[in-house]
Amino acid sequence: MDANKTDIIHQLQKEILSIQGFRPGPPCNELDLGLGVINHSFPNDTFPLGAVHEFLCAGAEDAAATGGFIAGLLADLMRSGGASVWISSVRNIFPPALKFFGIEPHRIIFVDMQQEKDVLWAIEEALKCEGLAAVIGELQEISFTGSRRLQIAVEQSRVTGFLIRNHPRKLQSIACVSRWKIRPLPSKLDNGMPGIGFPRWTVDLLKARNGKPGTWQVEWAAGQFRHITSRPMSMPQEQNKKTG
Amino acid sequence: MPKRFLSIWFRHLKTDWFTLKRPDLLTIPFVLTTPIHGRLVITSANLLAQVQGVHTGMVAADARAIIPTLMVLDDKPELSEKLLKGLAKWCNRYAPLVSMDPPDGLFLDISGCPHLWGGEKPYLHEIINRLKGLGYLVRAAIADTIGTAWAIARFGNGSPIIEPGQQAAALLSLPPAALRLQTGILERFHKLGFRQVSNFISMPRSALRRRFGQQLIRQLDQALGAQEEAMLPVFPIAPYQERLPCLEPIVTSGGIEIALQRLLETLCLRLQQEQKGLRTACFKGYRVDGKIESIEIGTSRPSYNAEHLSKLFENKLATIEPALGIELFMLEAIKVEEISSMQATLWNGNCGLADSGLSELIDRLENKMGLGKIHRYLPDEHYWPERSFKLASSIQETPTTAWRFDKPRPMQLLSVPEHIDVTAPIPDYPPMLFRYKGKLHKIVKADGPERIEQEWWLEEGQHRDYYCVENEEGFRYWVFRLGHYSGDKSYSWFLHGFFS
Repeated sequence: MDANKTDIIHQLQKEILSIQGFRPGPPCNELDLGLGVINHSFPNDTFPLGAVHEFLCAGAEDAAATGGFIAGLLADLMRSGGASVWISSVRNIFPPALKFFGIEPHRIIFVDMQQEKDVLWAIEEALKCEGLAAVIGELQEISFTGSRRLQIAVEQSRVTGFLIRNHPRKLQSIACVSRWKIRPLPSKLDNGMPGIGFPRWTVDLLKARNGKPGTWQVEWAAGQFRHITSRPMSMPQEQNKKTG
Repeated sequence: MPKRFLSIWFRHLKTDWFTLKRPDLLTIPFVLTTPIHGRLVITSANLLAQVQGVHTGMVAADARAIIPTLMVLDDKPELSEKLLKGLAKWCNRYAPLVSMDPPDGLFLDISGCPHLWGGEKPYLHEIINRLKGLGYLVRAAIADTIGTAWAIARFGNGSPIIEPGQQAAALLSLPPAALRLQTGILERFHKLGFRQVSNFISMPRSALRRRFGQQLIRQLDQALGAQEEAMLPVFPIAPYQERLPCLEPIVTSGGIEIALQRLLETLCLRLQQEQKGLRTACFKGYRVDGKIESIEIGTSRPSYNAEHLSKLFENKLATIEPALGIELFMLEAIKVEEISSMQATLWNGNCGLADSGLSELIDRLENKMGLGKIHRYLPDEHYWPERSFKLASSIQETPTTAWRFDKPRPMQLLSVPEHIDVTAPIPDYPPMLFRYKGKLHKIVKADGPERIEQEWWLEEGQHRDYYCVENEEGFRYWVFRLGHYSGDKSYSWFLHGFFS
């Protein structure tokens, strides 16, 4: 009887997930982005592709770290020869640096808009385009309605979107599948050698829809993510909310 | 299809235009003059003046003797050519091929056109009446050849429409001048008493050639249709062009959209059949009041996808001002390129730069936001960071060299390096402290220096010594010192980028 009940609950949970836009793609399209334990924070234990992820930054240093983390994810997304679009109105990204994360920078198309509202429009248009591996958009503000439009676009096209929000003024909940914060962490070389080591970050998963937020320390080395401390730290209670 | 030509003769081209500009001239006899050898010679006279015996070539003083109230105005050089060009453009709505016939005529290649207006007679009347409505008094004629149409328009006094094959009969009663001959030949005809074409048309050709030269034979053959006459169209016809005449003028945006859809469908079908794709297209609406509204789009890759192209036009459709209505729509593929069959198989492909979905996205963005918003970069063989990549000229362009990643490069690069205050031990140690935007950064770890020389053949300047530095918080920066420490030259420190 009890086992029957858990089965039903499990079934219902799965149905709710699919209603909320979590559709498991065809098995051949399942991509492991090399995030390791971070994957366990998401439903079905997979990093949600075909969804929009939000990244918060507070300054150029954070933006660079976020760019690095996203580039690490992109490397796997673009491995099959796909192209990505990077939309921004304040772009500082240095294309040759993407090569360090295993991306061919010439396979990324940079769209430089003059105004933020054009950026949002362009992101939506790009997310509707089924041929793309990913769409990265840098914008400061986004309304709930705006984010909902993006969510509807990706549900149709199954394109993965990344929003980089530098210094957002309003931090209301939006219709993204997750909210991240990537901060640089002091690098460390083996055997106490002098100089700078591989890029290291503190990866904060602040919100994950139907998932468990957490914090990890990650290093980008030898073309993949490497966890430094794999124990997830517990989050403060008030941030443990689910996104809408 | 047998050819049919229409010749229009503007009897008072320039004076009609002056009357349009100054309606008070309508009831006054006036002439246009130009000074030749110190005399004012009449270049054209309006109808009122002509009726009283003033004709072109007269001296203005003589004309004044005939009509004391005659108004004399200065002629504008090159006016007739300008007017004819404008009228040719206007006439383009009746036939795709229009050529100028200076000084005062137009030729239209109307093969296959008149049935759209219900036959040649209504077609001719429509043109004459519409031109009359515009203020131009014209005579026009339709015939199998340009020469006959020209002759009938100017000298004919019967029906202006010459049935197919009847050129010879129509020409018989006309004066020799109807054959567009030089004045020398005309004078000789006059001297010999040849008042009509019928006087000499049946003479042996060899005799005519001997006495009057090759030109007469050519003009005669061209008028009769034995020899083809070339037409130089004012607006070269676009090979891929679709037209949609409307029974009633269209004024609503819905109507314009339907017209665009229909034209796109037919054009795209044709492009698809011929394995072509369009790169630039122009959608034109001929308005009732004579103006032409047009919008243009471009694609980054040849396309015959009607749905995609209509999306591109959609943003610009609102700029079409129908005013009183649009009577003819035209869609022209100005630039057309071959589509390779390989691309057609990739039509529903799912990834890569060659994907049609991506190029359609680029088209949409570019058409809405204008050019210069979309960039793609290729590696360039320079060490200087700002020059280490270059803009790709097209989406198909592939890198000629590999991207370098043997030296550390920051994720974010400031477009202009920012000045920082630095404490650094000399000679070549990395900085210990630096102040950026009011915040003091204590450097814990550092790498470097990496010296990058300015390329003197491109730009004058000092070299840069780059250091990668990491502060206490783990933030990583790319800083450089410009120039040497040594004596006479100044040096300064800059922050150039942020590592991830």
